[in-house]
Amino acid sequence: MNFHPHALWALAGIFGILILATPTAHLIEKRRQLPTAGELTLRVRSWWIMVSLFSAAVLLGATVTTWLLGFISFLALKEYLSLIPTRRSDRRVLFWAYLTIPLQYYWAAIGWYGMFIIFIPVYALLVISARKVLIGETEDFLRSMGTIHWGLMMTVFSISHAAFLLALPEDVAPAGGVGLLIYLVLLTELNDVAQYVWGKRLGKRKVVPRVSPGKTWGGLIGGCATTLVVSLASAPFLTPLNPIEAVGAGLIIGLSGFLGDVVISAVKRDIGIKDSGSLLPGHGGILDRVDSLTFTAPLFFHYLYYLYY
Amino acid sequence: MKDWPKLLFFTCIVRPLVLIILGLNVRHRQHLPATGPAIVVANHNSHLDTLVLMSLFPLAQLRRLRPVAAADYFMANPLLAWFATRVIGIIPIERKNHEGHHDPLAPVQAALNQGDIIIIFPEGTRGQPERMQKFKSGIIHLAKAHDTIPISPVFLHGLGKSLPKGEGLLVPFFCDVFVGPALYWQGDRTRLMQQLEQQMEALASEQGHAAWD
Repeated sequence: MNFHPHALWALAGIFGILILATPTAHLIEKRRQLPTAGELTLRVRSWWIMVSLFSAAVLLGATVTTWLLGFISFLALKEYLSLIPTRRSDRRVLFWAYLTIPLQYYWAAIGWYGMFIIFIPVYALLVISARKVLIGETEDFLRSMGTIHWGLMMTVFSISHAAFLLALPEDVAPAGGVGLLIYLVLLTELNDVAQYVWGKRLGKRKVVPRVSPGKTWGGLIGGCATTLVVSLASAPFLTPLNPIEAVGAGLIIGLSGFLGDVVISAVKRDIGIKDSGSLLPGHGGILDRVDSLTFTAPLFFHYLYYLYY
Repeated sequence: MKDWPKLLFFTCIVRPLVLIILGLNVRHRQHLPATGPAIVVANHNSHLDTLVLMSLFPLAQLRRLRPVAAADYFMANPLLAWFATRVIGIIPIERKNHEGHHDPLAPVQAALNQGDIIIIFPEGTRGQPERMQKFKSGIIHLAKAHDTIPISPVFLHGLGKSLPKGEGLLVPFFCDVFVGPALYWQGDRTRLMQQLEQQMEALASEQGHAAWD
């Protein structure tokens, strides 16, 4: 496979950010005089692992990357289903819910757009309802169907849009589907970090104090501005977007990334937990990491799809 | 080299199953015994419990790990008996103690004497998924006879959802494994029993768990 130099440069840039972030995290924690490796160091360490896995998959090609994204969906769905109240009578329905993952990512891998776009919203919705009614338990029927299907939409359908980027026609974007995927993931995650950092630096007024008391207007605006700048700088190399469209993409990712983050926060608050899991030291669970991607992946995909494909 | 079926089964099947399909959320792993002899005590919800507990230890300890299991269930037919004793390495014991019969825990005592790590489920049965039952007192006899051996309580949650009693279909869930500090026999049976139950309750309440019924 001929790997596009732009994509390679982008990956190198991401590692560059990590190389700068590592001593910075140490310095900040040293200044606060923490005795052991604090949360910030743990978080950067987890970033190294995540970025390395993602880069390795991307370098190995579209098939491996699709497998990795499918596996992320599996982890996210499993984490979600482990957190929500479920019933023993749901076990068979949950099993079918897991089976949608390989199918959905297969549709993405072969680029069958028609099936990809209706499989979970239509077929999975109907099959899950039908499978559930055949079990015959009517108590909490609506609640369990609703929660299971919502989970599938967020963790499988939404995230699989990132995989479909790889199946789009190669010659439209300057660095192919891989470039689009790197652009989406880089901007989404950078936006998360930027909103967090700006939120720490400035801003007192909370955006949604009852859901996520840490989120300030300063953080949201500063984060979106940062994302906008990075979008403008990287779009010509990784995407077919012109500068005005790149501003649109930056805003979509900045704002919707924030929304994805607080939506998962609201779910966790509803359940009564702080972190969705312990898979990623310093971050929490996998849902804590891909929360913004559940919003940015489908929105960026359809924005791009409408404009260019 | 008679350990190879056990080693093969745990490296190729159990570890991928436990770490990738299920996924563990282990807390206070440092409380686990580093070497035998030791006793690991856990609540029991699923056949997976044993496999998960055995996966917590390094492969080098694998041949030392001996789950205590019911002879009436696991020795019921020759194939299962071969699998249970040779591949998992269980110590089969009689659940019903017949009148005048020898000590049912004798093989467990022998294993402890040769430095094995015993895994025991004092509830005696898997029972209703994710409902803890009262601990039986067999564990007291072991503790009393081996008063220098650490007893590590482990609270498991989620495996009863993945593979409850009477189900053949495995459904993946993240599982919680919370390990408590080791307890020792201090000359009083009610005290040890209380300590064990209190520890299990404390571990269970470390995190709220989603409803399951």
